[in-house]
Amino acid sequence: MADEVILLNFCPSVFGMRIRIALAEKGIEYEYREEDLKNKSPLLLKMNPVHKKIPVLIHNGKPVCESLIAVEYIDEVWKEKAPILPSDPYQRAQARFWADYVDKKVYAAARNVWATKGEEQEAAKKEFIEILKVLEGELGDKPYFGGETFGLTDISLIGYYCWFYAYETFGNFSIESECPKLIAWAKRCMEKESVSKSLADPHTVYDFVLGVKKRLGLE
Amino acid sequence: MAEEVKLFRTWSSPFPLRIVWALKLKGIEYETILEDLQNKSSLLLQYNPVHKKVPVLLHNGKPILESLVILEYIEETWKQHPLLPEDPFEKATARFWARFNDEELLPSIWNASTKQGKEQEEAIVQVEENLKYVEEELKGNVFFGGETIGYLDLAFGWLANLVSVLEEVTGLSLTASGKFPLLSAWMQNFSDAPVIKECWPPRDKLIIRYQAMIEKYTAVAAPK
Repeated sequence: MADEVILLNFCPSVFGMRIRIALAEKGIEYEYREEDLKNKSPLLLKMNPVHKKIPVLIHNGKPVCESLIAVEYIDEVWKEKAPILPSDPYQRAQARFWADYVDKKVYAAARNVWATKGEEQEAAKKEFIEILKVLEGELGDKPYFGGETFGLTDISLIGYYCWFYAYETFGNFSIESECPKLIAWAKRCMEKESVSKSLADPHTVYDFVLGVKKRLGLE
Repeated sequence: MAEEVKLFRTWSSPFPLRIVWALKLKGIEYETILEDLQNKSSLLLQYNPVHKKVPVLLHNGKPILESLVILEYIEETWKQHPLLPEDPFEKATARFWARFNDEELLPSIWNASTKQGKEQEEAIVQVEENLKYVEEELKGNVFFGGETIGYLDLAFGWLANLVSVLEEVTGLSLTASGKFPLLSAWMQNFSDAPVIKECWPPRDKLIIRYQAMIEKYTAVAAPK
């Protein structure tokens, strides 16, 4: 039986990008459905009744919610090609730890950068850069977080790269000047087709954030 | 080579307790290193410089951090008494609910215990919504793992003793209300399982500890 794979997503979502990258890495054909978050589809509400959020991976009618869980699911189901997690349990634990770190730290810190002004924004920028520096430290001189091959931690973080233009513009700072190795890593990831085709255009993201700021009165 | 397994934990924290249970269920011998979080050891800070928290599992000198990550590591390293289902979809579902516990359920119960007035009322509504999901997830099984205790039981396990402690300290009725009969039955079955029962921290000490913690949080939040 042919697999039926559907991804419910919203283009600028860094979380959706993770799943898109994983599907592309494995060469999996799927149906992409863009959700209007102000008017969520009945399918989305049915497939993710608890959080009512994107992204949702639907495989043969069964939903997998939460982007990192979906990425691991993809790795386990389509295990013959392009492994996303290493096989060694300790290396796997490291990959999961750092993906979890990205989840716990980056989103909230990044949001504060574009959603605040003045002193609050300066503090937010500082915190955001500190978090990126911790990640840069973990990367070290390796080509990817897992070493020689692109993997879970890379997938968990790279989506934010297309948001950097928006952060830098709204925050009036340069991420590259603070974290050059991280930007070099990001550019290296972007050379992979699975990544470059899955990330949103930075100007699209910028316009989206501008729209949110206007709607929330945060200009 | 003999395995060397050490666990950094505190006497009361529920997250390291998940690891104690997993190690015991799999029959893995380990050494406990008790930490005082007000006075963290240099070893703990060395092994977990990023979060500076327990639990830390040390396996042959290599640290593994974050309780759910550690559970997966234990599962992959010691294959006896499997804790996770083999089927990828069922595994993904278990992981989803474990995350739900950590990111939604636990914070909502903490909020209900520490907030006041309208904020507390809203938190209680959220708790009940969350508990309803958990009750449904049992699907009429004895344990979340089915016939035997598994990964998700360990993730939810803290409910089986800490909820009643919080209820006693705050006077709230969360599961004691009887609104969640399947969940209440699970809490009893889980608590009574031999490996689990022998690990519970002393209840009287827990009451004192949570009393103090909640007083501290509510004093900080109270309007001056």
